Amino acid sequence: MQTVISVEKVSKSFGNQQVLKNIDMLLKKGEIIGLIGPSGSGKSTLINIALGVERADSGLTTIFGQKMPNRMLLGKLGYMAQSDALYESLTAKENIRFFAEMKGVDKKLLTPEITRVAKIVSLENYLDKRVSGFSGGMKRRLSLAIALISDPGLLILDEPTVGSDPALRLQIWQELHRMRDEGHAILVTTHVMDEAELVDRVALLLGGELIANDSPQNLESQYHVDSIEKVFLKAEGELK
Amino acid sequence: MRRTIAISKRIFLELIRDKRTLAMLFLAPVLILTLLNYVFSINTSTNVNIGVVNVQRSMKSTINDVKHVNIKEYDNKKEAKKALDNQKVDAIFEENQHDDYSVLYANTSASKTAMIRRILSASFTQEKTFQMADTLKQMTEKLGMNSDNKNTTNDVNLKESYNYGNKNTTYFSSIMPIFMGFFVFLFVFLISGMSLLKERTSGTLGRLLATPVKRSEIVFGYILSYSLVAIIQTTIIVFFTIYVLNVQVTGLILNVFIINLLLALVALTFGLLLSTLANSEFQMMQFIPIIVVPQIIFSGIIPLDSMATWAQWIGNILPMKYASNAMTDVILYGKSFANILPELLMLIIFIVVLLVANIFGLRRYRKV
Ligand SMILES: Nc1ncnc2c1ncn2[C@@H]1O[C@H](COP(=O)(O)OP(=O)(O)OP(=O)(O)O)[C@@H](O)[C@H]1O
Ligand SMILES: [Mg+2]
Repeated sequence: MQTVISVEKVSKSFGNQQVLKNIDMLLKKGEIIGLIGPSGSGKSTLINIALGVERADSGLTTIFGQKMPNRMLLGKLGYMAQSDALYESLTAKENIRFFAEMKGVDKKLLTPEITRVAKIVSLENYLDKRVSGFSGGMKRRLSLAIALISDPGLLILDEPTVGSDPALRLQIWQELHRMRDEGHAILVTTHVMDEAELVDRVALLLGGELIANDSPQNLESQYHVDSIEKVFLKAEGELK
Repeated sequence: MRRTIAISKRIFLELIRDKRTLAMLFLAPVLILTLLNYVFSINTSTNVNIGVVNVQRSMKSTINDVKHVNIKEYDNKKEAKKALDNQKVDAIFEENQHDDYSVLYANTSASKTAMIRRILSASFTQEKTFQMADTLKQMTEKLGMNSDNKNTTNDVNLKESYNYGNKNTTYFSSIMPIFMGFFVFLFVFLISGMSLLKERTSGTLGRLLATPVKRSEIVFGYILSYSLVAIIQTTIIVFFTIYVLNVQVTGLILNVFIINLLLALVALTFGLLLSTLANSEFQMMQFIPIIVVPQIIFSGIIPLDSMATWAQWIGNILPMKYASNAMTDVILYGKSFANILPELLMLIIFIVVLLVANIFGLRRYRKV
């Protein structure tokens, strides 16, 4: 299948702290990769390098076969940062519209597109409310809605479900699975190990290296445990 | 182009919803101009009190005839000194012996000291003239000549007219053009800088840069919205000073707008660039003493030609100087667009350099 993200031998240090060591990773069309790892292990850094926001010390990243950083490619992916980067004094609708215009969504399609993404995250009734009046979970969902604008072939989501209740979380994952089945490629990071069971492949980032990169079932049998949570703990324990 | 417009619309929308910043942009200048106008238009004459010890009567009355001067008599120096220490008098004037005077200034206010010095020396001259006139009179009488008692002085007629303003024109009028530009500079600098700073610290800049937007589109978006802000602000300031404070604008008001718009763009690009060096709004405020205050010092409030060469050179690299010059030329001297063109060109050079620096500076946050 077609490769969407390819990370080859990427290394990155901040000062004398080496965060990523020779990382190789592939993401294919119609696949969800769950990037997990302890806090500070470099998940967000890896994403930023893939996006071209951060520069790698060495190595190569390509998205849709083109070398990053590349400005035009940014229009073909949806990115949701770890922090809710939203314009607080604007309404939800104004936020979505603004980013849709940045992505170059056709003027005529703006309104239906706003409604479409708002529905996915159940915010259609709050579109005219200012973001400053949103709860943490609502902001997170709005952030996700913005990433979904123009139905991009690649989604990069940094902890998309933080602050969402179980019902909503289920809804979001159903949507992600639906998109995957349509052929989208999705890269998510998460600290919720239950969610890691829902992905096609788990990439475990530990000590600057990708320790594992396989389906949840394969990893569980490989580590002789019954959940990704235990895989995580066992792998972290072995490293020490 | 569409992105630029969308960005400027968004910035404008955010600004309009921020009532405090709006007040800062549009009401603060009006308030400060009103205060300045009041402070500089109240009667500026100071009254001085001179304590005199042992001074002959004619001299005393000469001094006393001067406006805004009060004479207080003391029997001896000690008493007079006490009055001076208690701020009852501003100077002690003493006659030691005939034609030998001494004066002790309190010297706590330079303007009062200068005024007393002027009064005393004028009084001396007058005394001498009187004495000479007296001697002359005595001499003519002795010689048996007819002295004319009639007032022989012809009525001298002096007609006063003013190139700018009228006889009520105060110091305020001469610094007002500078302040009109300064407010635009100060507020646009701070608010645009803080706006980009907030965009950076809140992460929205990162998110914005994760879309295919060009770095130049972001900078031009800011320019578009803050040009509009500068135009509104200038309109308010201009109409307020003309119609409420009754300050006369000799030249074309359109030229005032052009100058302020260019100055606003300098302030904007400067603010945006410096905001990348700040990590918080407080750090942004720290640029006021090092960036903004020199602008006003060298803007012409203190005449630049009286400064040392090195100080004049500092003035030459500050945009406010050019804007103030152009503004003064238009408002006070009615100069035309062609006359202020060199200053406008300097402002444009500042804008272009800062603009390029900004577009390049955003590379820090995205490599393409
Ligand atoms: N701009 C930066 N300058 C210096 N150090 C940085 C920078 N960005 C990240 N780091 C360091 O790199 C390491 C990895 O950070 P990163 O944000 O990628 O972690 P993460 O895996 O996303 O953590 P979390 O799960 O908490 O989000 C951390 O130790 C962090 O201190
Ligand atoms: Mg992170």
